[in-house]
Amino acid sequence: MSAAHPLPQVKPSALTFQDLLFRLQGFWAARGCVLQQPYDVEVGAGTMAPETFLRVIGPRPYKVGYAQPSRRPADGRYGENPNRLFKHTQFQLILKPPPVNVQELYLESLEAIGIDLSRHDLKFEEDNWEWPAGGAWGVGWQVMLDGLEITQFTYFQQCGGLDLDPICAELTYGLERIAAFLQDVDSIYDIVWARDPETGAPVTYGDVRLAEELQFSVYNFEFAEIDKLWTHFNLYEEEAQTLLSQAGKLLAREDATAAEKRRFPLLATYELALKCSHLFNLLDARGAISVTERVGVIGRIRSLAVGVAKAYAAQQVAG
Amino acid sequence: MSDFLLEIGLEEVPARMIAAAEAELGRRVNELLARERLLAPEAKLTTYSTPRRLAVLVEGVLAAQADMEEKLTGPSWKVAFKDGAPTAAAEAFAKKAGVAVAALEKVETPKGEYVGATVKRKGRAATELLAAELPKDVLAIYWAKNMYWRAGKPERFVRPVRWVVALLDSAVVPLEIAGIAAGDTSRGHRILHGEKPVVIDSPASYSKALLAASVVADVAQRRHIIRKALDAATRTVPGARWREDEPLVETVVHLTEWPSVILGDFEPEYLALPEEVLVTVMRDHQKYFAVEDKYGKLAPHFLAVLNTQADDEGATIIRHGNARVLTARFKDARFFWDFDQKTPLFERIESLKHVTFHKDLGSYHDKTGWNGTVAHKLRQQLESKGFSDCNYAAVELAAGLAKTDLTTELVKEFTELQGIIGGLYVRAQNLPGNLKPETVDRVAQAIYDQYTPASVDDPIPLTVEGQLLGIADRIQTIIAMFSIGNAPTGSKDPLGLRRAANAIVKILADSRVPLNLDEIVESGTGNPDWETYKEPVAAFLRERLHFYLKDVRNLAYDVVNAVLAADANDVRDAIARAEALTAARGSEDFVAVSAAFKRIKNILRQAEEKGYAHGNWADVQAAEAKDLRSAIHSLADRVAKLREQRKYAEALALIATLRPKVDAFFDKIMVLDPDPEVRGANLDLIRGVLSNFSGIADFSEIVTA
Repeated sequence: MSAAHPLPQVKPSALTFQDLLFRLQGFWAARGCVLQQPYDVEVGAGTMAPETFLRVIGPRPYKVGYAQPSRRPADGRYGENPNRLFKHTQFQLILKPPPVNVQELYLESLEAIGIDLSRHDLKFEEDNWEWPAGGAWGVGWQVMLDGLEITQFTYFQQCGGLDLDPICAELTYGLERIAAFLQDVDSIYDIVWARDPETGAPVTYGDVRLAEELQFSVYNFEFAEIDKLWTHFNLYEEEAQTLLSQAGKLLAREDATAAEKRRFPLLATYELALKCSHLFNLLDARGAISVTERVGVIGRIRSLAVGVAKAYAAQQVAG
Repeated sequence: MSDFLLEIGLEEVPARMIAAAEAELGRRVNELLARERLLAPEAKLTTYSTPRRLAVLVEGVLAAQADMEEKLTGPSWKVAFKDGAPTAAAEAFAKKAGVAVAALEKVETPKGEYVGATVKRKGRAATELLAAELPKDVLAIYWAKNMYWRAGKPERFVRPVRWVVALLDSAVVPLEIAGIAAGDTSRGHRILHGEKPVVIDSPASYSKALLAASVVADVAQRRHIIRKALDAATRTVPGARWREDEPLVETVVHLTEWPSVILGDFEPEYLALPEEVLVTVMRDHQKYFAVEDKYGKLAPHFLAVLNTQADDEGATIIRHGNARVLTARFKDARFFWDFDQKTPLFERIESLKHVTFHKDLGSYHDKTGWNGTVAHKLRQQLESKGFSDCNYAAVELAAGLAKTDLTTELVKEFTELQGIIGGLYVRAQNLPGNLKPETVDRVAQAIYDQYTPASVDDPIPLTVEGQLLGIADRIQTIIAMFSIGNAPTGSKDPLGLRRAANAIVKILADSRVPLNLDEIVESGTGNPDWETYKEPVAAFLRERLHFYLKDVRNLAYDVVNAVLAADANDVRDAIARAEALTAARGSEDFVAVSAAFKRIKNILRQAEEKGYAHGNWADVQAAEAKDLRSAIHSLADRVAKLREQRKYAEALALIATLRPKVDAFFDKIMVLDPDPEVRGANLDLIRGVLSNFSGIADFSEIVTA
């Protein structure tokens, strides 16, 4: 398999965290991917960003990559655990439809970040993915490199409860893990994020992010006001539901013009749904969601996410 | 005679699904060839698989079907030929059969003379048939989880099909599977061989060609290589052995195309963690084999099965990488262990309110309460029977704490260790309230064992306290799930209730706990709302007992039916009766008695249908009837006593002695005598046979022919 634009060979040793991202972006950009910036609303995973969640719906081909900071409040460890983060970074890639050589391309991307596959053990082990609140699931693998899961590789099958056609391949690289692996450090916080080009002085992951991990753990577990979180949740949900019901009426109207339908702010509605999802995660980390509530709240988020997905699908074919 | 090869090239298939799919492909190809008369009698079929391919080689395929002659029969001769000239009917038949009218023959049949035709059917070529039929068979292979990959969703399969090899000798069979045209080119190991084409010259050279491309296609050979490599790597540590783990061997066999093994090390300080945790991390999370020293204690090494063959430098890198991951996981586990100790289990009961048992039922806090009630009721049942060989206080304490480990970080991380962690924590933390060490130990062991047996092959909990906890937990779950409409149906049992019920039966079978199924159901409701589910749950448990006797104990189905028809409540008693009956049914006398029981049942059924009244067996007159009556009199009490003493072999031997009397009776006596008085007395007599001797088993169920 030859790359469209061969990349310069790089020494396999010790890419910095940001170099790692540059390489992945460069590699996939050279293969026709749009490079997007991280989505600027809190999400639990790159999949939830609209560049994945909404773009996978409908027939239009799309290739996109972006680094998505992903927040999981309950995973916070006050910066004390060397392997766990409240917020980690996924390099998320969507290939719609997947090229027939998608696995080979993926392996090339590993070579591009300095992994000499002839000196490593690589396995594709079954790992299926689902996000029930988004009505989304797929089948695929966790890619294991010398016993370390470095990528989640999924063939997306359904999103928002809708069958996808064409389906897409979703590659999610765990950047912190891969960087720690490449640099051979035992703690994520010791990863070299960047190096001064003149002095070679490192700036570490800890320098950049440790305070954030600590303070957000404190907030998420101790300070976040449960009542206010619920209030925020209810407000976002209410607005999203109002928009969804307006969208439903508009999209069903036969006398509405295509332009009217196209301008309806479903992307904004989805953002409100994402807010709810994040607030749920915060409430969960605070231990504020009882068993009986839990299923119900997830159902409320699902109704927003799936509602947006369905409306979005209808909007795509409008006019 | 030709050879046929089919290889389906796939993206990595889940390891757990490969073996069954490989066998199914072999079966489907074999059936297709046999159905189409393309299989030579001496044909040999070999299947192969790796994560990236399923293949089948058939040596002994006919190049084409044999030509066939078929005899068709048409209209009667008289209709077809008038005065020797063919009619329209003859012409129509000849046309339909594809022969000339002149070739029609006269056929003699029992119904008279008819028109016949001999039709020659030319056999079709194997290539043509395979190309037409095989793709459907391949795409029909069962997968536990399927996917779409092509636009328009034309087919579903486990993973995308990427190449197909189909060869009849050296010629490509022009078939197409999932849009991929078959060729003669396979692929080798992703890394070791790369993307160079692997041309297969002939079907028989398939596995050899793949070996040259760093793929061991033969599963047994890979298994052998892995076992040998595990041995060899372990030998580098004096006195060490790798811990046998057959399921793990099978997993890695199906995760590799070119396996090799490295032995790595971890810091001995981690050996301070419980072995259960270390082994779970290695086996379940990393798919590593554990290594033990010559005393059977865990040694600070691991064995990883690789899907590559690295040079020395590569092996060093890979060993280091794997050790790094393992150490990080151990570090996490130790962190969780230490963290969990800050809140001992007995302080975690309240937080079970946040752990869902079932969304429609409640939390594990609720579940704990219900389990406690069930455990208490079981205790009352057992105490009323004078069963004192149990630390009941420990059972109730254990029921109260059993689920608290669900709130620990270690169990959240290693869910498969639930129960085990709880037991270990009780031991490490002790319990409040000045309990005797003996009681604490019993509590810990009961919690530790609460989920065993997970399958009918597993051992039951070590202690009677653990056995009772296991029964209480499961019967509560079963009844609660029945109450919200989750009883298993057909192949659907998402909550594993059959497994739970099997475990109850197995615990009763292998323990000394003197409880029967009805008593367990009686104690199991734990909530007045669930009383109405007693009967269906009792029936469900009886059905599981039937399964256990037949499919786990491998007892004959008729023996099981016979024994359970007499009583299906006491598990150990049912086993003892079934075993005695299995031994007894070999004797000729016994077989004859069983046949007589069946006859008796039939006669009684007929009598009932005809509305015949039963009389009194005191009124029988015939000598044979009187003989039988006195035989019943003399045996009934003795058999009943032996039944009570559970001396089933002796009881059955005694019952077999009825044979001469029974035989003589049926030889001479017509039971359904026209005289209603005689008939009534006879009916009462044969019913007496049934009622006095059916306590061990319903012998009429025994298949005698």
